[in-house]
Amino acid sequence: MTVDPTPVLRVTDLTTRFNTQDGTVHAVNGVSFDLADGEVLGVVGESGSGKSVTMMSLLRLIPTPPGEIAAGEAIFEGDDLLSMDLGDLREIRGGKVGFIFQDPMTSLNPVVTVGDQIMESLTVHQPARRREMRARALELLQLVGIPSPEDRLRCYPHELSGGMRQRVMIAIALACNPTVLVADEPTTALDVTIQAQILELVKDLRVKLGMAVIWITHDLGVVAGLVDRVLVMYGGQIVEDAPVDEFYAAPRHPYSQGLLASLPSATSRGEKLVNIKGQPPDMRQPPASCSFAPRCPHAFDRCHQENPVLTAVSATRKVSCWLDEVPTIPDTEGAGHGV
Amino acid sequence: MESEVLVSVRDLKKHFPVTKGALRRKVGAVRAVDGVSFDIVRGQTLGLVGESGSGKSTIGRTLLRLEEPTDGTVVFDGGDLADLSVGGLRKVRPRMQMVFQDPHACLNPRMTVSSIIGEPLVEHLSMSSRERNERVEELLSLVGLNPEHANRYPHEFSGGQRQRIGIARAIALNPDLIVCDEPIAALDVSIQAQVVNLMEELQDLLGLTYLFISHDLGMVRHIADRVAVMYLGRIMELADVDALYENPLHPYTRALQSSAPVPDPAAEATREKIVLVGDIPSPSAPPPGCVFSTRCPEAVDRCRTEVPVWREVAPGHGVACHLVG
Repeated sequence: MTVDPTPVLRVTDLTTRFNTQDGTVHAVNGVSFDLADGEVLGVVGESGSGKSVTMMSLLRLIPTPPGEIAAGEAIFEGDDLLSMDLGDLREIRGGKVGFIFQDPMTSLNPVVTVGDQIMESLTVHQPARRREMRARALELLQLVGIPSPEDRLRCYPHELSGGMRQRVMIAIALACNPTVLVADEPTTALDVTIQAQILELVKDLRVKLGMAVIWITHDLGVVAGLVDRVLVMYGGQIVEDAPVDEFYAAPRHPYSQGLLASLPSATSRGEKLVNIKGQPPDMRQPPASCSFAPRCPHAFDRCHQENPVLTAVSATRKVSCWLDEVPTIPDTEGAGHGV
Repeated sequence: MESEVLVSVRDLKKHFPVTKGALRRKVGAVRAVDGVSFDIVRGQTLGLVGESGSGKSTIGRTLLRLEEPTDGTVVFDGGDLADLSVGGLRKVRPRMQMVFQDPHACLNPRMTVSSIIGEPLVEHLSMSSRERNERVEELLSLVGLNPEHANRYPHEFSGGQRQRIGIARAIALNPDLIVCDEPIAALDVSIQAQVVNLMEELQDLLGLTYLFISHDLGMVRHIADRVAVMYLGRIMELADVDALYENPLHPYTRALQSSAPVPDPAAEATREKIVLVGDIPSPSAPPPGCVFSTRCPEAVDRCRTEVPVWREVAPGHGVACHLVG
């Protein structure tokens, strides 16, 4: 992991709301993080925790209305993505920032050939002669490991398997040599053996192309093998930001601890799984207190009254929890609270 | 532990016809399940793992005779289900139930929770409405829901709670067997543990037997007593859970295990990974010989021509592979 003083992407205090008939949904509440050059950042959290909305907000891909980016900035190469001209943003979307979505079946156009879909992205961002773009498309299909790429260029998405479609999605995202690749649950819809293929491919491409990757997932296993740093989201907020090794060795936020403890292990048979009691929060409540407090085994009065902010607890880790409110704890190992 | 076999499946086949043209001429068959045999011991859990398209769900459905088997027998508690008439089947149905994957899709949105859970009671028992309400309340507390919520509708519950409603409905008639088809796949990690704990509690309390269909190898290791690994409609390996996870014999079992990511960065960095090439072939045109031969990293010529026979290599540990034994 490169320690770069100026991150490729710096998100500060991002807040996204959805104004619905049932009231305002506070989907993302003051999210701040940095993405270093060439870093792979894993974003984990349950459904509804705001992972996808955060990343969609960065490129202003959420429908407005009902969505509304209420506050925050996202500095990418010196410019704020959230306030820039829409025309300039379009240059960045699919150009310097590539996107891979969860379901390749619904994100690919069923009536356009794979080759044309890859070339579409090139036409917009790097127009050239058709023959040159075709050559680039072919090169991309080879890069993502699609067998007999010549023939596949003329295929329609339905003629490909799920894993192959996801490779095509990756090829499209990589078409313009992005600096940042945002992948939203890209392997969730795939079988484990196919997921393993895609993970190996991404690890390989990341070394070859040196791009930064934001990998959104709910699978803690996938994160362990792939990323440099983990962001844990809960109730629209980042509750923990830690390097991957430290995170798995000693998760610090009670939610992270619960999440890791709830996974079955080789020796857990016959025992009860540790579980996090209760249900995910109702996002219609404005975040006035810690959203995890009702489910937290360590919650005390302050947790129910005040919302903790993400605070650095060591050189590399940030946690938002009142148990950690002592500003600098002099350890870099990050001892847990003892589950 | 007494080991009385509750379900005994022998050479079960389920082929779906592929038809063509206005006359629905049969032009082929999708061999969803192609000659599968296994037993489930009463009170135990058999885990059924495999990729999508391997026939796991079809086995579950054929077992309950929600699908008519093409060939083979299913013996449930001593009686062959295939021989039963519609009326006879109706008598057996309360003893075998199903929990579905998607708790959003399997509950009628226009029925209250009490009518959803009460429906099997109305259908199969003659209870007064008061008795029925009491039973519904009892079931709700059993699955960890508030009995006062009996008159709410499914949309008022979260995914995990809805899955509890599905479980309450399945246990309403005191079944012997529950087929659980990916019961936790649609749930969040922290909720999965809650539901699995509940299922284990109910198993101890009510002496239930589970067929647990899942693609989550970690969870199957936690909950199952025996595990069957399926690929393209056939069982590749069947063994007690410890034997299967600690000494996997079939190349596919090994590949499947090595593909499942481990939530530990140190282990992820060092462990050996077998990445299979290609995709699962179409079940309408399975490859000749061993069905796994097209992706098997260890395949030899024989695998491509000759179908491997099922062999028991150790007591209770069977495998279908030429290279083993």
